[in-house]
Amino acid sequence: MGYTWNWKVLLEAEPGGTGTYLQYLIVGLGWTLATALAAWIIALTVGALVGTLRTTPYPWVVRAGNLYVEIFRNIPLIVQMFLWFFVMPELLPTDLGDRIKQMPPPWGTWIWAVLCLGIFTSVRIAEQVRAGINSLPRGQRMAGTALGLTLGQSYRYVVLPQAFRIILPPLTSESMNIIKNSSVALTIGLLELAGRAKAMQEFSFRVFEAFATATVIYLLVNLVVVLAMRALERKVRVPGLIAAGGAPQAGH
Amino acid sequence: MGYDFDVIQRSWGYLFKEGMTFTVTLTLIAMTGGIVFGTLLAMMRLSAFKPLSMLAGAYVNLMRSVPLVLVIFWFFFMVPYIGAWITGADRPVQVGAWLSAVITFTMFEAAYYCEIMRAGIQSIPRGQVWAGYALGLNYWQAMGQVVLPQAFRNMLPVLLTQTIILFQDTSLVYVISATDFLGAASKVANRDYRLVEMYTFVAVVYFVISYGLSMLVKQLQDRIAIIR
Repeated sequence: MGYTWNWKVLLEAEPGGTGTYLQYLIVGLGWTLATALAAWIIALTVGALVGTLRTTPYPWVVRAGNLYVEIFRNIPLIVQMFLWFFVMPELLPTDLGDRIKQMPPPWGTWIWAVLCLGIFTSVRIAEQVRAGINSLPRGQRMAGTALGLTLGQSYRYVVLPQAFRIILPPLTSESMNIIKNSSVALTIGLLELAGRAKAMQEFSFRVFEAFATATVIYLLVNLVVVLAMRALERKVRVPGLIAAGGAPQAGH
Repeated sequence: MGYDFDVIQRSWGYLFKEGMTFTVTLTLIAMTGGIVFGTLLAMMRLSAFKPLSMLAGAYVNLMRSVPLVLVIFWFFFMVPYIGAWITGADRPVQVGAWLSAVITFTMFEAAYYCEIMRAGIQSIPRGQVWAGYALGLNYWQAMGQVVLPQAFRNMLPVLLTQTIILFQDTSLVYVISATDFLGAASKVANRDYRLVEMYTFVAVVYFVISYGLSMLVKQLQDRIAIIR
């Protein structure tokens, strides 16, 4: 028993010849952030759209929105990753599927990881957006209509600006989740931070140095995200509109 | 390329008797252990004794800030050393993917169940605890007989929703090559080169189970809401 630590391994060269193990992990962080950021854009756009549509007075639109949410909420992320990466290229037109498969690595993997993570997270954002909109008094939309605003206008000028402020705190935890969840992309071969920590462990046999370094990097990133989102919350706060703490939610 | 969905029928026994049993057993054990351990953590976090609440807080925040994949790796490599430390052996003890997964998910989910139970405990008015003390109950009696039963009932829907997420998350044991439902399907898929069929099937099965359970939770939520 007893594990001999050897932190100097971080400064040794990794076998791929791109530099030290530390550099190797930091490039991994770059991929983690690139994946999470691109997925975040998809998630916010689609999530805001679907979440808003689910509060409209059109039953069929609401039903379609619900179906979308239920599908992507009830399949594990890693299975969705496999569906995008292994199944989707077979269902696409042959030339498009081939073109994606022939993209230089790691782009051919990255693109699926981003799509998968973006859509997976969009569902959770859609839930937050819907809850945010529904937490506003119904009278506000009616007042908008009474003032002669169209449905689109009352969403644009009355409902959404308030709803987005209300859901900023849950969005903070979603933006941390998307960074954490991007690690699942290692299962389809994307060498992001966790994937590179695992690879480093396999090359160097320095198990705990690799995972400890990756853990510390994840903790630092979390800290930065929390601080940035808190600053954003302060910046866009409307006096008198108290951001609700909200009920506890299940998560992962 | 043609599709061959017979592969599902051929591997049915392996997929469900071996794979799904692993997944469901792991979920149930981690749920039970996670709720027990999580409740203790929640009580620690709410303790007036600062070092205790800070320790619990640090544990919960650490677990919640690190990707589950990384936590799975940590425990997979750490448990043999802990085993050697407990038994006094001089070499790391081999424990295998199953035990490692059970320990990982219990410890990981405890952090999430802790936050739910903490909210549950805080939802009970302080006056009830004082009333308990006034009646001569000690801390454990007041907690066990007054606060926790109510906290548990109030939080039951959220606890169950978390369990559905746990059920889905167990599929990540794929990264330590355990044979859970996804692991079993993936082994068949790669052996017979039937990835499209197998992964589609896996997605459908997970969807049906998770969606069914979430409908049950929704019904339960409505019933509890009426009682209160």
